[in-house]
Amino acid sequence: MNLARRTLIGIPYLWLLLLFLVPFGIIFKISLSDYAVSIPPYTPTLDLSEGWQGIRDFFAALDWENYVFLTEDDLYWRAYLSSLKIALISTFLTLLVGYPIAYGMAKAAPEWRPMLMMLVILPFWTSFLIRVYAWIGILSTEGYLNQLLLWIGIISDPLQIMNTPTAVYIGIVYTYLPFMILPIYATLERMDDSLLEAAEDLGCSRLSAFWIITLPLSRSGIIAGSFLVFIPALGEFVIPSLLGGSSTLMIGKVLWEEFFSNRDWPVASAVAIILLLILVIPIILFQKNQEKNQEADA
Amino acid sequence: MRRFSWFNATALTAGFAFLYIPMIILVIYSFNSSRLVTVWAGFSTHWYGELFRDQAFLDAAWVTLRVAFVSSSIATILGTMAAYVLVRGGKFMGRTLFSGMIYAPLVMPEVITGLSLLLLFISIGLDRGIVTIILAHTTFSMCYVSVVVSSRLVSFDRSVEEAALDLGCTPWDAFKSVTLPLIAPAVIAGWLLAFTLSLDDLVIASFTAGPSATTLPIKIFSSVRLGVSPEINALSTILILIVTIGVISASLVSKRRIVQQQRDEQMAEQAQQ
Repeated sequence: MNLARRTLIGIPYLWLLLLFLVPFGIIFKISLSDYAVSIPPYTPTLDLSEGWQGIRDFFAALDWENYVFLTEDDLYWRAYLSSLKIALISTFLTLLVGYPIAYGMAKAAPEWRPMLMMLVILPFWTSFLIRVYAWIGILSTEGYLNQLLLWIGIISDPLQIMNTPTAVYIGIVYTYLPFMILPIYATLERMDDSLLEAAEDLGCSRLSAFWIITLPLSRSGIIAGSFLVFIPALGEFVIPSLLGGSSTLMIGKVLWEEFFSNRDWPVASAVAIILLLILVIPIILFQKNQEKNQEADA
Repeated sequence: MRRFSWFNATALTAGFAFLYIPMIILVIYSFNSSRLVTVWAGFSTHWYGELFRDQAFLDAAWVTLRVAFVSSSIATILGTMAAYVLVRGGKFMGRTLFSGMIYAPLVMPEVITGLSLLLLFISIGLDRGIVTIILAHTTFSMCYVSVVVSSRLVSFDRSVEEAALDLGCTPWDAFKSVTLPLIAPAVIAGWLLAFTLSLDDLVIASFTAGPSATTLPIKIFSSVRLGVSPEINALSTILILIVTIGVISASLVSKRRIVQQQRDEQMAEQAQQ
């Protein structure tokens, strides 16, 4: 292996090791230490000046106390479960909304497709924060949606959507929709239409041809899109804190408050480690799916 | 044979209405003269004036632009290297770990990335500020760049590169004069993506910024928490406008390039005949 190749591999590799992998080790280490009123707010800190004794003391003082604390206080369990529930439901809703759009795009005339593609990508380039913010004005009690519904006369009292889980679902579906549409569109666009024609010639109805042929063939797109929504949604912070109010419990928000409001870094780290453990399986599955798709492309 | 049914037309119309109506409302109400954002009281550009007189917003915008420019530039170099290694690098020790570290940050919840980087900076004693935000942003956006560039590297014909090597190019020359021009659109797209991701990021910046540096999203978040405000609508409109112009002109440029390429190919074919 020559020097140029080694540098080429080495530089990005080292960067990611130092700034992506090592920090996880540090989170784990701090999750085992204790809260203290100091800067930084945890103890013990590794004191290398005392040599071996310092290292030994350091390891002796580590314990699983914070993890025990997480199991004792039911706030954390409820937050993990409610995040899982919200992430699952909103992934499913995003799929329901996104699939017909991706399907419509793939069936549109080829000269229209770049334009439609651009229309899907445009919101994705627009600030996430702004797109969530846009919904505050729509969903609030005196917001545009309630004004419209009251004016039409469907409702006589304004709906309380803001600061409920429903607002969080809407926010997640809205902001993550491009992540669902694009991979599904990519698989549908590649699909060979002659398969559908053959099915219809053989007496298949259009709907059953969709179930038997189109849906299974777009599976890898559905899987990729679902992971791209589910995994970040599980740890989402901005959407529940702006739209969910105090009634929506999500683990990303708990972690944030533990860190910024309570300044309890060890507990925040333990919360992060558990969240990471929950995410390991979906992340590995996602990566396998991506590699399989890349091999299929090549 | 392609069928464009009523179902598809409805799906597309409803879908795009859902995607665009909230942003259109936001833009319209930025020109509202009332401070009450949900009540229309007449047209005014008053809030744009307020926004440009607000020094805190201008300072935050300047910090954000600098961070985005530097981090996206470093991320583009590192991400292109990583993509090249993943697609053309063959087998090497720890390849699985490497590709894992490229894909994992794409889906990693931001609170975890933010917390982990902050704890790293604290434990190595690096003062939080612009530098730490740049390091953090470079790390996650290089992964996006690498995914964009590697999808381009996978799709083009490798034999062109091999031809250059056979004709006596050094690997670096071959990369510079053959590969780089071919992947240039993806590299530029990657840079733009990294730039926007950095402009956008609230969570990771909040963890890594410290008290000395405030970025625009941090500023927006803290004022949005208090409720809807017309200045934020004005700011959003400006940002939406910039993105729209950027995306439309990028797509026009790429369209022209495709047309040009087709014309070149046709001419080459005619010349052969």
